[in-house]
Amino acid sequence: MSTPNTAAQSAQTQIHNIGYRKYDGQRLGRAYARRSLYSQSLRGAYGLGRSAKSKVTPMILFAVMCVPAAIMVAVAVATNATKLPVEYTRYAIVTQAIIGLYLAAQAPQSVSRDLRFKTVPLYFSRPIERVDYVVAKFAAMATALLILTGVPLIIMYAGSLLAKMDFSDQTKGFAQGLVSVLLLSLLFAGIGLVMAALTPRRGFGVAAVIAVLTISYGAVSTVQAIADAQGSWDAVEWLGLFSPITLIDGVQTAFLGASSSFPGAHGPGAGLGVLYLLVVLALIAGSYGALMRRYRKAGL
Amino acid sequence: MTVIATESLSKRFPRVTALDRLSMDIGPGVTGLVGANGAGKSTLIKILLGLSPATEGRAEVLGLDVATKGGEIRERVGYMPEHDCLPPDVSATEFVVHMARMSGLPPAAARERTADTLRHVGLYEERYRPIGGYSTGMKQRVKLAQALVHDPDVVFLDEPTNGLDPVGRDEMLGLIRRVHTDFGISVLVTSHLLGELERTCDHVVVIDGGKLLRSSSTSDYTQTMGTIAVEVTDTDTHPDGTKAVREALGARGITLHQSEEEGLPGAGHILLLEATGEETYDLVRDTVAELGLGLVRMEQRRHHISEVFKDNPAHKAEEVPAR
Repeated sequence: MSTPNTAAQSAQTQIHNIGYRKYDGQRLGRAYARRSLYSQSLRGAYGLGRSAKSKVTPMILFAVMCVPAAIMVAVAVATNATKLPVEYTRYAIVTQAIIGLYLAAQAPQSVSRDLRFKTVPLYFSRPIERVDYVVAKFAAMATALLILTGVPLIIMYAGSLLAKMDFSDQTKGFAQGLVSVLLLSLLFAGIGLVMAALTPRRGFGVAAVIAVLTISYGAVSTVQAIADAQGSWDAVEWLGLFSPITLIDGVQTAFLGASSSFPGAHGPGAGLGVLYLLVVLALIAGSYGALMRRYRKAGL
Repeated sequence: MTVIATESLSKRFPRVTALDRLSMDIGPGVTGLVGANGAGKSTLIKILLGLSPATEGRAEVLGLDVATKGGEIRERVGYMPEHDCLPPDVSATEFVVHMARMSGLPPAAARERTADTLRHVGLYEERYRPIGGYSTGMKQRVKLAQALVHDPDVVFLDEPTNGLDPVGRDEMLGLIRRVHTDFGISVLVTSHLLGELERTCDHVVVIDGGKLLRSSSTSDYTQTMGTIAVEVTDTDTHPDGTKAVREALGARGITLHQSEEEGLPGAGHILLLEATGEETYDLVRDTVAELGLGLVRMEQRRHHISEVFKDNPAHKAEEVPAR
């Protein structure tokens, strides 16, 4: 060490060594901590605040969801169509594979990582309680899905107004579509998080979510097609209760003016529709309950 | 002032009793909680954080009852778990900022305190890199930082030196000491190694099988013995300087001890003798000088905590009666 440097170095040392400062500012408590966890999880569901690599999947899927809506709108505006080619309520049914992939990729990202890297105990050593953690994660996942499914509807609605389609028709359809994707987001978020929280292994979580969504839908739609071919339309209506996406389809057919995607368009009427709605609500509540149970043992 | 107080605190699981009528008072400063694996240390921390209800008895942290004020306690307490708890794909800064917000700090304060705290635990440029690439020592520092970032009144550190090499261990122990002396935060640190706590702690609590074995200040354990260790050089006139000094001092009525390190290489060069007062030091100095030898060192011997346990098996067996 040469002498001329010493003075400069000690000055530098002093700047660095400002000592420990106590914190006397605000402590915003439990509700704020819950909100922070919610926003961090929501941002994380789109890879924000995380590595560039983790932005790829959600951003691509988000784009894939929006592009068809944008194209439809462009075509409708250019051709002066009086009606959008796809109903608002139908859009999420048509794009269900993308929604399923998004959920399979992001639900494990949201909860499996905390379990795998044992970050959960750190959360529970802070002012939040188990219920706050579950509510924040559930709400964040549902919001992420709502953004994924709702933004294309907004694009369609904006486009339909640009194309000077009937305002009240479009507004009604848009509102019905929003209610439908809200239900879908809550239902899918619950199912995805429960599957993902079962295992700290991300890969298993991804596989489990995909399996539950595609196998249930595949089985239900196959059996429905057979029943439809045999003319047992009652069976088609009832079978829809056994997969998440057909549940949503049934609810919106019964209450939200949607045309059914069931084979032969044999969607449930208002009577059976009530059962569809009850099953959807019970599944959402059940997912919440299952998550609460899951985290009872996960503390520390 | 009492930081942590427990009264007949018990925690029973269907098969094991993790804590058995534990009563103790822990004041400010650095307190070591020593016990073998499974002695009940982690269970005690869980109860103190208000996360696990006690089967019976009560406990208070910072004057708040753990059974009813868990949330308030956790706002003012930091916790560093024993196990790994860091996501590898985020940077230390992002992670600690998030944890600060989880403790209730507003966004701006969370960022500012994160920068400060990471610097205090010794993480500089690397704090912007993903945690996955950190060494064990750096990860331990991040874990400590997330426990300190909200400026708690007390931190619970569960085996903070686990997995560290000797140098990393020393640095971590030094850091823990600073948490109290420089930051003014009380510390409860667990370890199954008594030796490393005696240098760091003001107070040591020993539990075993969920029972309190002993609770006393470190200076009680390591109180000064009336023993001086002396090491001298050899010369041509006295080829064995130690022997010459031993004989000369013996002739002047000084009680000499067998060296405890007898048999170890170099142990023969250390002379242990009974000090009767200040004058003993003068006597040793004069004796060595008269013999024309060089005095290499002359120091007071202290007990190590582990020696206390080694020498007094009773400490292991007998239970300290409840207050």
